Parts: sequence; C-alpha cells; structure tokens
Amino acid sequence: MDLSSINPTLLLASLIVASTPILLAALGELVVERAGVLNLGVEGMMITGAICGFAIAVNTGSPFVGFIAAALGGAALAFLFAILTQFALANQVASGLALTLFGLGLSALLGQGYQGLKPPPTSDIDIPILSDLPILGPVLFSHDPMVYLALSLVAAVWFVLNRTRAGLILRAVGENHGAAHALGYKVIRIRILAILFGGACAGLGGAYLSLVRVPQWTEGMTAGSGWIALALVVFASWKAGRVLLGAWLFGGISVLQLNLQAAGVAIPVEYLSMSPYLITILVLVIMSADKSRAPGSLGRTFHASD
Amino acid sequence: MIQLEKRPQPSRLWTFLTPMLAVAITMIVGGALFAALGKNPVEAIRTIFWDPLFGEFAFYYRPQLLVKAAPLILIAIGLSLGFKAGIWNIGAEGQYIMGALAGAGVGLAFYPLEAAYVFPLMIIAGALGGWAWGMIPGLLKTRFGTNEILVSLMLVYVAEQLLAKMALGLLRNPDGRGFPGSRNLQQYPSAHNAEIIAGTGIHWGVVAALIAVIFAYILFTRHLLGYQIRLAGQAPKAARFAGVNPARLTLVCLGLSGALAGLAGMFEVSGPAGQINIDFNVGYGFTAIIVAFLGRLHPVGILLAGLLLALTFIGGENAESNLGLPAAAIQMFQGMLLFFLLAVDVLTNFRLRWKTAEVV
Repeated sequence: MDLSSINPTLLLASLIVASTPILLAALGELVVERAGVLNLGVEGMMITGAICGFAIAVNTGSPFVGFIAAALGGAALAFLFAILTQFALANQVASGLALTLFGLGLSALLGQGYQGLKPPPTSDIDIPILSDLPILGPVLFSHDPMVYLALSLVAAVWFVLNRTRAGLILRAVGENHGAAHALGYKVIRIRILAILFGGACAGLGGAYLSLVRVPQWTEGMTAGSGWIALALVVFASWKAGRVLLGAWLFGGISVLQLNLQAAGVAIPVEYLSMSPYLITILVLVIMSADKSRAPGSLGRTFHASD
Repeated sequence: MIQLEKRPQPSRLWTFLTPMLAVAITMIVGGALFAALGKNPVEAIRTIFWDPLFGEFAFYYRPQLLVKAAPLILIAIGLSLGFKAGIWNIGAEGQYIMGALAGAGVGLAFYPLEAAYVFPLMIIAGALGGWAWGMIPGLLKTRFGTNEILVSLMLVYVAEQLLAKMALGLLRNPDGRGFPGSRNLQQYPSAHNAEIIAGTGIHWGVVAALIAVIFAYILFTRHLLGYQIRLAGQAPKAARFAGVNPARLTLVCLGLSGALAGLAGMFEVSGPAGQINIDFNVGYGFTAIIVAFLGRLHPVGILLAGLLLALTFIGGENAESNLGLPAAAIQMFQGMLLFFLLAVDVLTNFRLRWKTAEVV
C-alpha cells in the first residue's frame, strides 16, 4: 500500500469531473421535484443520454453535437413520463420505474455496435491566468466546458428558483397545485416544462459519463448514478447550492475509493466499490429526519376536477 | 377535445381489459420496432409468443416456461403486498442475490455431507437472507423515515458487489482451478433443487411460487393483514383510525417480500443456475416489478403475468438465436409493456368524454 501515490491536487481535480454527471442529473431532478413531480426515471434518462450522446458524437466527430443529442434524448424520454403522469394521470412512482426499465433496454439496443469504440475527445478549456494558479488552477480552472456549464447551471437554477417570478410560480405549483391552479397558473404545462428540463439535464449527465468520465460505451454503465442523483436531491433538502456540496461529497467518495483501489489498500476491491452506495444510504438516514422541506405536492397527481 | 371525467369507482371491466390492451399495443409497437431493425415483424412476434408454446420444439420450451416464471411470480407476489400498501420495495434484485448467497452458503458449508435436512436448511437460509436484506430499508424507514425506494435500490448494488466478492472468495470452488464461481450444486444431490417430475420443468421453486399465489390470495380475501394492506394503500388516514400500525405493516411487507425474493434466489442457485457466480443474477428482481403491475397486484393476475413475461424471455432467446434480434430488444419490450399498461390505466379510473370547446 502506498498512499503517497495519491496526488491531492489530481484527486480534487478528478473529484470535480466525477461529480459533474450526478450534479447535472440532480439539478434537473431538483427543478422537477420543486414543481411537485417525483420522477424516479433519472437512471433511465441518464443512460439514454449516455448512448445518444455517445452515438452522435462518434458519428459526427463532435462531442458538442453529442451533448446536444444527449439532452434531446433525455428530454424525449422524459416527455414519455410527462404524458404518463400529466395526461394519463398514472402513478408517478410506477411511471418513473417504467422509464428506468425502458431506458435501460432502449440504451442497450441503441448501443449495439458501439461497444469498444472511443468517442472524440472533449478538449479542456484552460481559463487564462486563473488556470496557472498553483493547486486552484488545475482543480477549478482547467476543465472541459461541461464542468463550467454544470457549475453555472447551479447558479442559474438557484437564481431562477429564488429570485424570479417564473421560479416563484414553479415553486407555488410544487407546494400546492390546487392553489396554483385556482390562481390561474397552468399546472400541467409548468410541470411538463420542468420534467423536460429534468430529462435534458439527466441526458447531459449521462453523456458526460460516456464521453468524458469513462469515456466509452458499456451497457448499464450508469450503474446507479441516477439513483444517487435522486438521493442527492433529498440530501440537499431541495436547495440548489447544497446539491453542489452533495455532488462534491459523492464525487469525492467515488474518486477516493478508486484511488485507494489503485494504491492497493488492504480492503478488497468489492468493498471499496460498494462504499458510494453505503454512504448514500447513511447520508439518506441522516438527512431524512427532517422531511419538512419537501415540496408540498411532491408525488401527488393533479387533476383539475379534484 | 378529449376530457377526463373521474369515475366514482374504478371500472372493474377495464381493470381486466387494460392488461390485455397493453399487451396488444406492445405487440403492435414492438412489431414496428422490429420492422425498423430490419426484421420481419410478424415472424418476430410469432417467434416470441407462439413458437415456444405451439411450435415444433414446444416440448422443449414449455417446461422452460415454468422454470423462468417461478422466480418472477415468487418475487412479484412479495412486491405486490408492499405496492398495495404504498410501500415501494424496488430492491428485490438485491434480496434475490442475498437469498441465493445465504442458501448456497449453507449448502456449500455441508458439502459433501449427504443428508435429507440439507435442502430444507438451505430453503430457510435463503428466505432469511432475503428477509434480512429487505428489513434494512424497512427498519431505516420506520426508525428514521428514510425513503425505502432509494435504500432498497442502493442495496442492489451493494449485493452485486458482495456476490462478486463471494464468487471470487469465500464461496469459490476449491477444485475450480482458480476460476470464479462456486461448486455446482447440481452435482451435490443433497443440495440440488432437482426437477420433481422429469421433463416438466417443475422444481421446488415452482411449487413455492404456486403456494405463494394461494397464500397471497387467502391473505387478501380472508385475512386481517390483507385488509389492512389494502386499507393502508387506499386510505392511509382511515387505516390509522382503524388501528393499523403503519410501522409494523411496513416491516411485515418489506420482510415478506424480501423473504420471497430470497427464496426465488435460493431455488434458482440450487436448481437452474447451479452455482454462485459473478453474473448469477439476470434481472428477475426488476422484471418482477412489471409482473406485479401487469398482474394488477392480484395473485392470479401475477401468476398469468409471470407466465407471459417468462414467455418473452424464452421467445426472446429464440428470436436472438434464430432471427439475430438483439437481447436488449426484449428488455425494452418488457419496459414498453409497463409503459403502455400505465398509459391505458387511465381508462380504469377515468371516463373519456369528447367535448366541443365551450362558449364562455
């Protein structure tokens, strides 16, 4: 065992990369849940985004086009969820599960023939001057564009939710859909938009896995990231800033356990690999004591006749 | 404009019709998908749904139907208890793995002893393994209010890692020349879940599945617990007034469904699969969710739905080898089935009304 082989600067830099997929997916789900909808299909939307992004990026040679395709793929799958829950008034838990099962199958089908390929590289943007700073430079200012997009999305989601009229309406719909409806807000329309946004974010997160983090396509490669993203929203008490903290925590754990594996720590690899999931459970237990922050209408079906 | 009008009571007729409608739509859309993949849709649907039952080699496939359906039915019966009460155990796959590990572990511990009590002990161990794994989300939910969906799911990934560890470590076959995987229980008569009647596919797992169906039917129609489960799902507040203890109900439902999933895993590892290995689990725990919903959370419905999904597994393997249809197509087919079921479900609870735009 040689822990000195772990470079803290590199560790922090890879923490940022490792946290980006779940950060994107969790931010999307945060908006969805703030609108009062519980979409458990994050895993399915992520893996669909992963294969859509991968396939398009390989075929066009452009990771940028790939990411756009991933967002569209995730949103398309989310639209199915929207139809089920908002028009057909299906149970949200069951519909989310259906979305995940369907997405896993669909992605495996679409991914035939893409196994073992390498995606076009996503180039890093070194922010001038800042990236030359010692330690901070490589950790924060020398990443690919998606990392910056994810970080700015945290700020944007926080701002829109807390400082704009649109955010106020969205939150009102999530807290009490009956009252929002009585005030004349289009509950269904707002929720569908939120669901589509959530799908696009999950798609981007999935594509980040297949195009940057891993980078290759294998069946079931999200391996629970989508569920961790869902747990992250609970962990963050439905607040955008805390999603970032949570994502860094989980990114840190997954990077650290990989580093420990590489360093040959005496703990068997399998036990290290299960640590992110065990810690997610632990964090859920700690955070679940306070349920008061959950949006009031979360998971409840809205029908104007009620 | 189509408008939805809530029915005072769910339509009994549509409760029965919607699963069939969903299957029909899935076949049509699935057929279109196969056509898009460049396969003859009629031939593909026939290969999946007709040939295993009535085709030339049906004598070989029919027993397989019971082999595949048994774990699905066992798990789905357990899930339906919780789903009815609004308790969402999504981690049956993990409970299935833990049941298999516990069952196989006990069997292997006795190797090579020949005794009649080995197999019954394995059954108990399998049920307990799944039960314990199901109790974790149950206890965390009742003690700390932790979401059982997320916890039971996280535990699937933990169980998968444990399975890998056991296949490479503790349970590895000492005579296996270093290959991963345990001894084959099919070659250890005391621990082998063999066919009870040769050539029929009926093994102890099938018997257990049928007992579970009957047990669940009696539970829901004759027993207080079944009534409490239904009440808790339909009217949680009324249930509390009626003296239903929600924490106890949660533990009973998660424990029972865990035990049934564990049993399924144990019968699988000691029978059809034969050994613990890294890729021993094949997603029965997740497919059983579809079975439970398609069966309308009703024991008899689940029995039929389990057979249907087993058919898609067998027919899918056929289509894979005969038509070159990718294995993933079947997985998607199954997901699609749940999708359409949820979509047409609206007919059960709502009446569709054509309305012309009202003049205000």
